[in-house]
Parts: sequence; structure tokens; C-alpha cells
Amino acid sequence: MATPEVYIDSEGLAEDQRSLLGKLAGLCRRQPLGAAGALVVIAMIVMAVFANLISPYDPELAAFENMLQAPNADYWFGTDQFGRDILTRLIYGARTALFVGFTCAFIGATGGLVLGVASAYFGGRFDLILQRIMDVFMAFPLIILALAVVATLGTGIQNVIIAITIPFIPQCARVVRSSALSIREIPYVDAARACGFSDLRIILRHMAPNVMAPYLIMLTTFVGQAILLEASLSYLGLGVQEPTPAWGLMLQGGAEEYAESAPWVPIFPGIAISLAVFGFNLFGDALRDLLDPKLRNR
Amino acid sequence: MSSVQPLPASEPSSFKKVQKGETLIEIRNLKMYFPVLEGIVFQKAIAHVKAVDDVSFEIKKGETLGLVGESGCGKTTTGRCILQLEHPTAGDIIFEGVNLNELDQKGLIPVRQKIQVIFQDPYSSLNPRMKIGEIIGEPMKVHGIQPDPGKRRQRVAELLSICGLNPAFAERYPHEMSGGQRQRVGIARALSLNPEFIICDEAVSALDVSIQAQVINLLEDLREEFDLTYLFIAHDLSVVHHLSNRVAVMYLGKMVELAESDELFDNPMHPYTEALLSAVPVPDPTTEKQRRHQVLQGEVPSPMNPPSGCVFHPRCPLAVDSCRQVVPPLEEKRPGHWVACTQV
Repeated sequence: MATPEVYIDSEGLAEDQRSLLGKLAGLCRRQPLGAAGALVVIAMIVMAVFANLISPYDPELAAFENMLQAPNADYWFGTDQFGRDILTRLIYGARTALFVGFTCAFIGATGGLVLGVASAYFGGRFDLILQRIMDVFMAFPLIILALAVVATLGTGIQNVIIAITIPFIPQCARVVRSSALSIREIPYVDAARACGFSDLRIILRHMAPNVMAPYLIMLTTFVGQAILLEASLSYLGLGVQEPTPAWGLMLQGGAEEYAESAPWVPIFPGIAISLAVFGFNLFGDALRDLLDPKLRNR
Repeated sequence: MSSVQPLPASEPSSFKKVQKGETLIEIRNLKMYFPVLEGIVFQKAIAHVKAVDDVSFEIKKGETLGLVGESGCGKTTTGRCILQLEHPTAGDIIFEGVNLNELDQKGLIPVRQKIQVIFQDPYSSLNPRMKIGEIIGEPMKVHGIQPDPGKRRQRVAELLSICGLNPAFAERYPHEMSGGQRQRVGIARALSLNPEFIICDEAVSALDVSIQAQVINLLEDLREEFDLTYLFIAHDLSVVHHLSNRVAVMYLGKMVELAESDELFDNPMHPYTEALLSAVPVPDPTTEKQRRHQVLQGEVPSPMNPPSGCVFHPRCPLAVDSCRQVVPPLEEKRPGHWVACTQV
């Protein structure tokens, strides 16, 4: 019998002995953009969770004596046409944005992941029919499809979530399928089949974890896209309804009439939307690099 | 996935217990044609790639059969058909008295325990997202051989040390190991289900020579220890000679020669086997210079459109007119030495 090969892993040991703080600092050095993205994401989450603690005013209560005040010491970001504090509404708006963003992205991307991997794994007629159905959905521009769903189901936050989720599924399924197709041909899938594992086990345990990279990129981009889409739908009056604070809605209220006379009304929600989308995209990129075990120790 | 019920470990009584020296697996007239499809919605086959065309052989328990031939001759496809990773177009694969081609997914589950595979590429045959311990332990969990996690970990450690690896490797990921170590993990996984028959699909081709020797020795030790039967698919003739009791030579989906290992290497009868053996370099430069090399003319024809008659006739030095029409049957020219050629 051959002798066991020597166990050498000094590098790995050094890695583990570093403190958590040191690891975090190292992470920020390697992924400065990702850290910035993470900061935005974390800030948004904190804002959303503790909205009622950190915001100075009531987000929905109109106070006409304070209408359209420019940013000042009391109202840092100014007030809107109903005299509501814009900062407060931005903080509460993060709640709506994140709720819609995460729900849509998670359901959409996960649905796409399972369908995409299954499509690649079974192949043949199943793949063909499923992909043609996906083609039909993908033929519509995202916003048009979402508009069609909202027009059918009506407005309101639930319907907005459904409307945004549906176009995400085929997008993710298509990308995941292309990665899964190449994984289908890799011997470890054959090895799993030769061990007699069920189709479900092979799809979920052996193939899905190996298409995590495209899945996570899609997931985080979807959060950004969903925030943007929700804002667009709200802006068009088809999404979240007043007086619920939502960034798109705030933009709608401000952009048309006050762009020149009171620019702070549309500017701040606009910045919030772009910053959120940007943050999630950066975060997604960094996350992908970190979760790939082959890239982890570099 | 821990909630998944383990598959029933009971096996149908139709499997015969095979004693050493009896036929363990018999392949009869195996054909695997891959259709070449045309059309997007209404697909139809415009041609067939005849990857394996009418191949028959048997393997006795405890024996190692070497299967050699150049790339694309159908040796890997033969292995995949036996594993039921491809469903053969025609033919029978009879393992312990049961025809595998007639079993459905469920019926194949007990077969999966008995027939295992070691793949060529140690880099792609292990799931990169799973720890070594999970890779080796999962088959035992799914087949209900070792449902208890603690005992399973123990068994994994045992299998690792049998295969010459440190049991601590169970906590590692495949990318943290070398090629030879990974191949040992592949062997440990194959052993985890206590199989009787292992298909080694080019199991050492991707390793460098010193590691090759170690892995070959390991395979030999395991054969003795666990009473294994191997189908050893390879293109490295010296490795096959060393490891196999009998050797089969394939060319373009057909079996051209089958004989005892020494007999085949000393007295090759089929002109293709002769050419194949003369292509093996001899380590001694003086002998090598004096040796007569038989170099085949032309290229391997496409298996989509194989030559008529004997598939080897366009490149064969012995070919006569009748070779173009008659498909030579595999005949026993000497005791235990089967050749598919009318001219020898």
C-alpha cells in the first residue's frame, strides 16, 4: 500500500489564525469597490430596519406650513409639496425598495435557477419547449411586461412584486441554463448518475451549487433592477400608491413641477435610487469573487 | 438535503451470486448509435454516428479486461453503456444474470452499488463545491449503507486511508489537492458502495508517470483486497499489459481482437493490433532503431460513414477485394485468441 501523502497546509493555518477584524480589513483592501457596495447595502438595510427610530418626522403626515422648504438645519434634505420631511421619506422609502427588491430578486432568480438547471439537465424536448416559452417572455421589454401584469392584476405592492418577478425568471433561467449545459457534460455529474442519485438530488446538490456564480450576479443585479422597476412603476402611477413612501413616487411628485423651483424634491430620491442600484451591483460582483472557492485563497 | 429518504438497500433476488472465475458480465451485440439531428422543432435524424457497432465480450469475476484503441474508437462509450449512462441502441448487457438494458431508473439502483466508475480527469470528476468527506460519504447516505453520520465519517476516514490518503483530507475541497490525490479520492468514492465491478475509464491517463505507477499499484492492491473485477479502458498499452488478464482491441466501434494479455502482446494477429503495438516505443535506442515500424496510412474514417465490409480495409496492408464487401466475424483463430480478420 502506498504511503499517505504529507499533509502540508501552513498557508491555510495562517489564514485561520487572523482575527475577524483583520480578515475584514484584508477583504476591504482586496475588494475596495465591493466594500463600498457593501457599505451602501448595509446602510440601506439599517435604514429600512430602524426607520422608525432614526427618522426625525412622520413620513405620511402632511404639514402644509412647511411646504417646499429648502434644505436647512431642521429639514436636512428639505420638504416636499405637502410639507413632509424628505429625509424621513427617503429612510422609509428604503423599506419599500428593499422589500420589493429582495422579494422579487430572490423569487425570480431562484425560480430561474431551478428551471434553468432542470432545462439543461433533462435536455431534449423538455428543454426545447421550456426555452421557447422563455423566449416568449423575453421578447417583451421588462417594463412593458411589468406594465401588462400590473394592468391585468391592478396596482398595489403585491401585484408590483408579481409584475417584477415574472420577467426575471426567464432572464435568470437563460443565463443559468448556459452555465448548467457545460456542467452537464462534466464527469462529476456522470459520477453522480453512476452512483444512482435521483434527478432532484443531482439538480439541487450537484449542479445548482456550481452555477452559483451567475445566479448570485443575477440575484444582486435583480435587486438593483427591481428597485429601479418598482420606482419606474410607481413613477408611472402603477406601483405603490400614496401616501406610502417610495422613491419612485417621490420622484414623480417632484420631477414634473418642482425640478426648477425646488430641485431638492426630485434630486434626493433620484440619488437614492442610483446609489442603491450602484451599490447592489458592486456588492454582487465582489460576492461572486468571494464565493468561488477557487478564487478564495488568492 | 438531509431530509431525503435513503433509497432501499434491498436488492431483487434475480441477481445471481457469481463465484470467482464465472462470467460476471456479458456484453452481447452492443450497439450505440448517436443520431445526428436536423431541424429545430421537428427534429429528424439525418445520420447516425456508430460509436459502438456490434461488440460482444464477457468478463469473468476477479478478472481485469483491458480495452484499448485510439481516440474515438468507442471504448469509452462501451463503458458508459455498461454504466447505463447512455441507453444503448441495441444489444444486451447481462450482469449477474440480469439484463441491465431492460431495467428502468428504479431497477438500476441496486446495480449502481455493484458497478462503479473511475474517471479519466481527476480535476473534473469531483464536485468542486463539496468537501472530500461529502463526496465519498454521499453515496453511502443515499443508498442507506451507512445512515448514521458518525459511522459514515469513520468509514470515509477508513476509505481515505485505504486509498493512501490522510483521513484529515475529508475536510478539504478538491481544489486543495493534487491530481494524484484527487484520483485517489475518485477511487475511494467508487469503493464507498462496496462494488463488485469497477470501470476504469482511462483512470491513469491524466496523471504523470510516477503518480501513474502509484495509482496502478493501488488498483492492483484493491483488486486483491476486495475481490474486484475491472474493465480497464486505456490507450497506454504498457499499462494495459501490466494490469490486464485479457485485452480487447477496438477500432472504429468494432472489436478487432481479443486475447490473453501476453498472447496478444507477443503474437498480435490483426494487422491493426500489429500497427498499434509497433507504435509503442522501446526504451532501448539500439533496438528501437532496428525495429520495423508499421505506420498506418491515412486517417481514421468517420464513424458517421464507416467503410463497407471490414472497417479497417482502407488502411490495411493485407486487404483484398473481398474485405470491401464482407464484414469479418470475430473468430477464435487460436484457443482463447479471437480475431476479426479473414486474412490471418
